Amino acid sequence: MARIEGIAGENEDQMKLKIRQGIAYVVLVILMFVSLLPFYLLLINATRGKVQPGIKFIPESLFFKNIGKIFSEDYRANYGNFLKSFCNSIFVSAVSTVLCVYFSALTAYAIHVYDFRLKKSVHTFILLVMMVPTQASAIGLYRMLVSMNLTNSFIPLTIPAIAAPATYFFMIQYMASALPLEIVEAARMDGCGEYKTFNIIVLPILKPALAVQAIFVFVSNWNNLFLPQMLLDDANKKTIPVVLQLIKANIDSNPMTADAGLMNMFMVLAILPVVVIYLLLSKNIVGGVSLGAVKG
Amino acid sequence: MRKTISYAKWGYIFLIPFVVIYTIFALIPLLETFGFSFLDYTVSQGAVSSIRGGGGDTIVNNGFCGLSNYIKVMKSDGIFNISFRSTVVLWLVGFIPQIVVSLLLASWFTDIRLKLKAQGFFKTVMYMPNVIMASALSVLFFSLFTKSGAIDDLLGGPDLLKNEWGARGVVGFINFLMWYGNTTILLMAAMMGIDTSLYEAAQIDGANPSQVFWQITMPLIKPILAYVLVTSMIGGLQMYDVPYLIGGTQGNPNGVLKTLVSQIQLGKNSSVGAVSALSIIVFIVSAILGFITLKIMDDQSIKTRYGKKKKK
Repeated sequence: MARIEGIAGENEDQMKLKIRQGIAYVVLVILMFVSLLPFYLLLINATRGKVQPGIKFIPESLFFKNIGKIFSEDYRANYGNFLKSFCNSIFVSAVSTVLCVYFSALTAYAIHVYDFRLKKSVHTFILLVMMVPTQASAIGLYRMLVSMNLTNSFIPLTIPAIAAPATYFFMIQYMASALPLEIVEAARMDGCGEYKTFNIIVLPILKPALAVQAIFVFVSNWNNLFLPQMLLDDANKKTIPVVLQLIKANIDSNPMTADAGLMNMFMVLAILPVVVIYLLLSKNIVGGVSLGAVKG
Repeated sequence: MRKTISYAKWGYIFLIPFVVIYTIFALIPLLETFGFSFLDYTVSQGAVSSIRGGGGDTIVNNGFCGLSNYIKVMKSDGIFNISFRSTVVLWLVGFIPQIVVSLLLASWFTDIRLKLKAQGFFKTVMYMPNVIMASALSVLFFSLFTKSGAIDDLLGGPDLLKNEWGARGVVGFINFLMWYGNTTILLMAAMMGIDTSLYEAAQIDGANPSQVFWQITMPLIKPILAYVLVTSMIGGLQMYDVPYLIGGTQGNPNGVLKTLVSQIQLGKNSSVGAVSALSIIVFIVSAILGFITLKIMDDQSIKTRYGKKKKK
């Protein structure tokens, strides 16, 4: 294309391009360090002692001592059993994830495959409420659960996942591109029942979408603080973010007894499952980010 | 084709779980919140339970009080007014650098002449803070910036978290760190959708990179920019974890880290009526923003064909 230009112009162009490339790489490397540094410091700080003055880049030797602290009697007296909190988080996140992806797919299937009078209204309604934050109705939910004595229960943390507008939206978009109605009709011809068709024929087709959504739903539930903090005050029911919030609150109210080594070790363990998931599946996660949004 | 009609009932049957659960856990609570917002409704903590509800609480419900909750929270020193301002400032402090950096990165990544290598690696690294527990990230930054923390030591002890703009800056930086990768990926998707022949034509015409960016890229990604802006606003309205874990219950220093949602958490066992009014205002604002988002998506014909009655 640039044949018309002289050799000199092209050389100059090449120079400019090289410089721009150089700047781009420098900025990218800086941002890479900025993004990774917090995690590196967290790991280093988990090997350090109770008081941690200054910044350190080389690990110290207290890694196992800090792990020991998390399983100590002292910890248990203040924050409950760590393994119990960890299992609570796993349970809540896993159950929410399964309920969320399964029922969102079912809801999307109902709208995608069947023709009925309320189809349009239901679809529009779900899209309308998609952007409404759950926090807006939290106070009503909370008072309702208090009066039903359901605050220290996992029911309000898991069951509502069945109705997840954002996951529904993702699923129905995926179905539009990947689930031809002919497949459903063929199943009908073969005498397959409607519910069975969904479970045996449709779900396997949706597997890629289910997997991507499952990762996102699990991660967001694992990290969720607001509702669990609002509802759970029984030490045996607390999830990991709620306990972390307690550890932090203890430091605020009593800085003298703060143990930075323990706190950083707790955070390392708190983010570990998600880091592992991310390292294994980062391709699917990064690829899934732009799928639910507008196409340019 | 009459057969299709007999299947309609299955559509309704498969919708039952969603409708029932949404009604119980979202619609009814929302209506209740709406109801509370017109009540003179407070709870006083009993001596028995110091943290939360239960046996010792006294619920004081003096019945309907009209709009007085709304008037109270919207006053210049009302909880909505104050925390709305704090929330907007915190959101802006994070969003402005985020959108600038993301635009720059996305345009570099999609530049056909730059041909940057290791894009997958950079994207993976940049998105990582988004999946990490916001609470953990915040507590880590708190310990780095707090008095005699690592950064505080490094800077010679300004104790940034005691300074209003210092604390806002730290919260904004965490939000930036969590979201710039996400925004970059969204903007990239939009930029990759632009017809490359436009760029080639510009190149032939001798346009420089900044001209290409402002004259071609920007106008063509407007819809997704609007989408990013509005969804980020909705996310900003819900901001809670980061400012709460940096500034505590009181949103220190001077309450500048007290967000709308932290007021809801704070008032759940005390000023129920006032906090409900605040919730309803948050609901209305986010509903408007959500409606705008939907319009943007609609213009992009993304709302799919389910809006119309499908012909078979």
